[in-house]
Amino acid sequence: MRGEVIRRVRGGIAALVLVGLVVAPWVVDDYTTAILSRTLALALVGVSVALLTGVAGMPTLGQTAPYAAGAYACAVVGSRVSDVGVVQLAVAAAAGALLAALTVPLVVHARGVIVLMITLAIGELVVIVLGRWRSVTGGTDGLAGIPAVRPFWGLPALADDQARYLYALVVVATLVGAVLVLLRTRAGLVLRAGRDDETRLRASGHRVALHLSGAHIAAGAIAGAAGSLLVVAQQYISPADFGFDTSALLLLGVVIGGTASVGGALVGAALVIAVRDWLFGVLPGHAPLVLGALFVATVYLLPTGVNRARGRLRPPGAPALQPDQPALHEQATVAELHR
Amino acid sequence: MTGLLEAQEISVRYGSLAALDGVDLRIHDGQRHALIGPNGAGKTTLLNVLGGSTRPQRGTVRFDGRDVGRLGPAARARRGINRIHQRPAVFPTLTATENVVVAALPRVVPRRRWWPGGRRRAAQRTAGPLLDQMGLTAVAAVPAGHLAHGQRRQLEIAMALAGRPRLLLLDEPAAGLSAIEVGRLVELLQALPRAVAVLLVEHRLDLVYALSDTVTVLRDGQTLAAGTPDEIRTSPLVRQAYADGVA
Repeated sequence: MRGEVIRRVRGGIAALVLVGLVVAPWVVDDYTTAILSRTLALALVGVSVALLTGVAGMPTLGQTAPYAAGAYACAVVGSRVSDVGVVQLAVAAAAGALLAALTVPLVVHARGVIVLMITLAIGELVVIVLGRWRSVTGGTDGLAGIPAVRPFWGLPALADDQARYLYALVVVATLVGAVLVLLRTRAGLVLRAGRDDETRLRASGHRVALHLSGAHIAAGAIAGAAGSLLVVAQQYISPADFGFDTSALLLLGVVIGGTASVGGALVGAALVIAVRDWLFGVLPGHAPLVLGALFVATVYLLPTGVNRARGRLRPPGAPALQPDQPALHEQATVAELHR
Repeated sequence: MTGLLEAQEISVRYGSLAALDGVDLRIHDGQRHALIGPNGAGKTTLLNVLGGSTRPQRGTVRFDGRDVGRLGPAARARRGINRIHQRPAVFPTLTATENVVVAALPRVVPRRRWWPGGRRRAAQRTAGPLLDQMGLTAVAAVPAGHLAHGQRRQLEIAMALAGRPRLLLLDEPAAGLSAIEVGRLVELLQALPRAVAVLLVEHRLDLVYALSDTVTVLRDGQTLAAGTPDEIRTSPLVRQAYADGVA
């Protein structure tokens, strides 16, 4: 009964947030709309981080790598081949997936903090390559003047911030919906089982490395698609968009939202990016310090994320977990970062 | 006569310690075989070797006529060797039903092989009757992490059976269970399909004699004796081993 009420409340909040996101460009100014578009792209990368960290149990600091691969692939295609959105989106997702596939052997057999270190290194290497491969990436100057995208063949180009924002919103909603469907399939179930006990999963006859590889590549494709949205939003990209601070902020956002909750990751990542952009104006030069303090406070005070914060409010002596708690099995804790 | 599982000359060393030293074991289809012996005799090590989690320095393991010595636990499970661990190993955040579904997936045969979701639906159909058989229907939607120890043990048996095993390796299944739960466990194990062979490692000899038709006794990594429960019960060698106070 209580679970049903909580589920309805959650559904209501999600519907309200969706309505708010749809009407936002008519309420806020163009500058804020442009920031919201960028935030949507980063929130989608946050979903890919949650898929790896919370669902598959592989904490990552390297999702900016497929994000960058997708963004640059989209920028090159957009400048030289096609201005059609679905083409760019497909190319970006493929680039992200390809990069993820290439790094599978490095990532899939490592666990815990070692995965964090490897993925961090991959992310940094990609940024270095982007800065030096001037003929394709424009080096540290980046790529500018990327033509405005048209969603489909025959449709007009998205000329203003409102249109670009709504395009990004539709893409993010579609991909998040796809991820939620994926998590309800056999693959999602097996990934959650592996997060619980990988040895047990193997003893049941599952090919654990294969499942983790699939999750890694799928997360790469999502991050790559998010890179395409960044290009649409900014029409300019440079290696600075994909640095370590972005990785760390995304992980912070996902931890705040609850690592195994796709909705939580989306909101958490968006919140953190919005706070960063706001802090840049209010505390010039000190934004990273405040966000670092926020990270420490989050891990200390809300180790299971905001989604599970209510669990900390139960009366002393009550059982840690109740069988009728909703979505219990959808949640993972920050402890996975230490596995 | 060829056995379902044949292990020959199995030797495992940890440094200077010989955990297993040239052990032979043969289990036939449907046989109920028990492995007993004092602490440190090598029982769990032998289970690890048969399950694929420990690779022996010497010896061969053949299952259903094929050499499985180089296969890991997952590949052996797919061939029909399933294991029940000393501490019940379940997926704590998944419901009891989901636990059984996950265990059933690798070996389940969907009605329509290429139909989306067919394999999961087939696994789901397997889960209900197994949970019912184990008396877990009432907690089917409860996360396994919330189940009592005895219920987790029953769930683990359901998971093992969901994998359609031909050989079930049971590592001290009665450990940590109350007297009532042990009684229920014995009933469940006696009701296992005859097509499933069982290798039982257990300290409680009353359970061993109730559940097995063949007993192998290990001591110091070597086979001390093998025979029917009656032969083992009356064997002077075995009596001496247990009288030494090391059991």
